[in-house]
Amino acid sequence: MDYIDKKTLQRSAQQEKDEFVTAIFSLIVENESGVLSRVIGLFAGRGYNIESLTVAPVDDGGRKSRINILTSGTPMVINQIKEQLDRQVPVYRVVNLCRQGPYVARELALIKVVSKGSERAEALTLADAFRAQVVDASIDSLVFELTGKTEKINAFVDLLRSLGLVELSRTGIAAIGRGRHTI
Amino acid sequence: MTNIELNKADHSQIGESVQTMTGAEVLLQVLVDMGVDVIFGYPGGAVLPIYDALFQQDRIRHILTRHEQAAVHAAEAYARSTGKVGVALVTSGPGATNTVTGLVDALMDSIPLVCISGQVFSNLIGNDAFQEADTVGITRAATKFNYLIKDKDKLAGKIREAFYIARSGRPGPVLIDIPKDLMINTAPYQKQVIKEHPSYKPVVEPNHQAIVDAVRAMKKAKRPLFYTGGGIINSGPKASKNLRALVQMSGFPCTSTLMGLGAYPASDKQFLGMLGMHGTYEANLATHGCDVLVALGARFDDRVTGSVKDFSPNSLKIHADIDPSQINKIVLVDIPIVGDVSRTIELMIEEWNKNPEPVDQHALDTWWKQINEWRSIDCLRYTQNNAAGATIKPQHAIRRLHELVSKRGKEAYVSTEVGQHQMWAAQYFPFESPNHFMTSGGLGTMGYGLPAAVGTQVAHPQGLVIDIAGEASTMMNIQELATIKQYRLPVKIFILNNRYMGMVRQWQELIHGGRYSESYSDSLPDFVKLAESFGIKGLRAQTIDDLDAVITEMLDEPGPVLVEIQVEKEENCFPMIPAGAPHNQILLGADSKA
Ligand SMILES: Cc1ncc(C[n+]2csc(CCOP(=O)(O)OP(=O)(O)O)c2C)c(N)n1
Repeated sequence: MDYIDKKTLQRSAQQEKDEFVTAIFSLIVENESGVLSRVIGLFAGRGYNIESLTVAPVDDGGRKSRINILTSGTPMVINQIKEQLDRQVPVYRVVNLCRQGPYVARELALIKVVSKGSERAEALTLADAFRAQVVDASIDSLVFELTGKTEKINAFVDLLRSLGLVELSRTGIAAIGRGRHTI
Repeated sequence: MTNIELNKADHSQIGESVQTMTGAEVLLQVLVDMGVDVIFGYPGGAVLPIYDALFQQDRIRHILTRHEQAAVHAAEAYARSTGKVGVALVTSGPGATNTVTGLVDALMDSIPLVCISGQVFSNLIGNDAFQEADTVGITRAATKFNYLIKDKDKLAGKIREAFYIARSGRPGPVLIDIPKDLMINTAPYQKQVIKEHPSYKPVVEPNHQAIVDAVRAMKKAKRPLFYTGGGIINSGPKASKNLRALVQMSGFPCTSTLMGLGAYPASDKQFLGMLGMHGTYEANLATHGCDVLVALGARFDDRVTGSVKDFSPNSLKIHADIDPSQINKIVLVDIPIVGDVSRTIELMIEEWNKNPEPVDQHALDTWWKQINEWRSIDCLRYTQNNAAGATIKPQHAIRRLHELVSKRGKEAYVSTEVGQHQMWAAQYFPFESPNHFMTSGGLGTMGYGLPAAVGTQVAHPQGLVIDIAGEASTMMNIQELATIKQYRLPVKIFILNNRYMGMVRQWQELIHGGRYSESYSDSLPDFVKLAESFGIKGLRAQTIDDLDAVITEMLDEPGPVLVEIQVEKEENCFPMIPAGAPHNQILLGADSKA
């Protein structure tokens, strides 16, 4: 009973009313101009925050794109976001991966460190431990590439802060459900 | 490519008979195919090819409003009063930006509308060209959907799709922006059926189990209430008919939002009047006290709920809406039903007949006894002094208007502006059938009423159309008197002049210590002379002695009339639930018998 599920979900939502939860919305949308701004305009217009956003075409013809949005809010707000996204004309499907079941989420980061001597050596050792790639190097600078869970990237970046971290570029997460689940 | 070559190329591509014409001609042909007989618009450089094509045909009538905002409101009222899709046509840049208020108005009240805007030549887009604006960008949040059409081959299909999106699911405004070169150049036209948009699939058929559960709860109710909204009217006349059947077979009381007025006949004894901020005492107390609330095509607007946490605190809530995002948006509901409301009611009736359980007639009688007690305080009572020279009460002016109209055996189409007069119209001008009340509910747009009267009268040339207005609101789209004159629309403009922005003054009196900051309408025009300057008959009632004669003369006049009723300046609109208060803290006027 589809609709009753929603009801119990909402009742529990009320109990934990003020508690924020994280949501990863994965959307399949028509790949045409204006769609992304329609989707993110909805967040802006209603005062919802976007923590990260990724978007790229996902089928052969490039007719459909997948958008991943990381956000947080009370369960009631999260449900509203889903319904609001769902009713947009160019949106095929919306799933909150955090609700649907197990999922994997990955992010890519490029991290520039400017340092010399022992600090540089330490940065390289850390990179090794985290399996970060060196994608550019000069006498006093390094650029690492790291792909992984957001927390792993956060941990790596935190460690590099004292070692000469000067610039960071992150993609935001790409996410997908585990197992046979598709959206 | 010559025409003939193009023709051939398209033939081979599409494999059915294709005619080639200019894009502007394709547009008009598709409009004809969609059943459009009238459009409201205002010309300009970017849409001149369309105006030229309009000139050379006679299947679509064009009504020239005097402002693009008015074109959209007129199209909205055309839609609201006919159930068809309204169409507006405007030029690029300033023409398009002038539509924004109308588009948001239509979005908030779920009015099916297609707005066609011209855009500069494709090769100039993005160049800050003359009269260029990012129309799709500006109107994105103002529409259900919008497009910039870039490909001439897609012109016909996209226009068809726009109509489909505008009227299906939860209806709303769709804007199509067309660059000028697409209108001038040849484009393929095919008489094809509408293809549904691949990613847009509104749910129409309600969940069966939800209906079963809803009816079971309704039969168990001891203090039930139907709360109906504009969705019933949007769903078509059948929804109103079904509603009437369901309410009557159940014996339950029924209240309505502002948008839903007319969906259930106001004169029926099961109707409690409007609920919400200026709703009746009995409707609001019933909402507060009911144990099963059946919301049909209504969206729990804050003007209805007041304080959300105190809204109908002890009821089991059933909510039927075609738009899933409305469910649990404001008030948590127990039984959500997503789907067309007419179909929902139909299924409820079927289920009601199948379910053998009788209603608890004893409880229902007790509930009605309670409601009738609330009713007996007569919350809409006012005292009109009938002595010679007495000032006219605005409520009385509307009541007399209704009585004199009814005497003629007519049901009027009424549009309103926004303010006290709008609420008084809702309270004192009862409606018996849907599609007769055109008012701006969600956005509350001053300046809506006069253009709405234009759109309604164009849709119903023989109908009696009355714009119940305030003097301040009338000033917002006063230029539409010219449209009324040009098309000889026999609209009756009924201005209640209290020389204040009355609703603003009321709030200032009740909430801001009587500091009437900028709410006084100083230096108003002489409305009678103003009407006359447009070639329209103007009448004025200054005291109670004039009132009936003026209304009668207005109704007798075959052409348009502007009437100024000078009313009690500081009259307030009651009942009133102060913003944020629960329904049982409703304020009553001095004359009610509480
Ligand atoms: C476009 C617009 N601007 C401002 C308002 C705020 N507003 C609501 S009612 C009102 C006063 C309306 O005055 P009037 O038309 O004279 O009607 P009355 O309340 O006196 O009946 C105003 C300014 C509005 N609703 N719409």
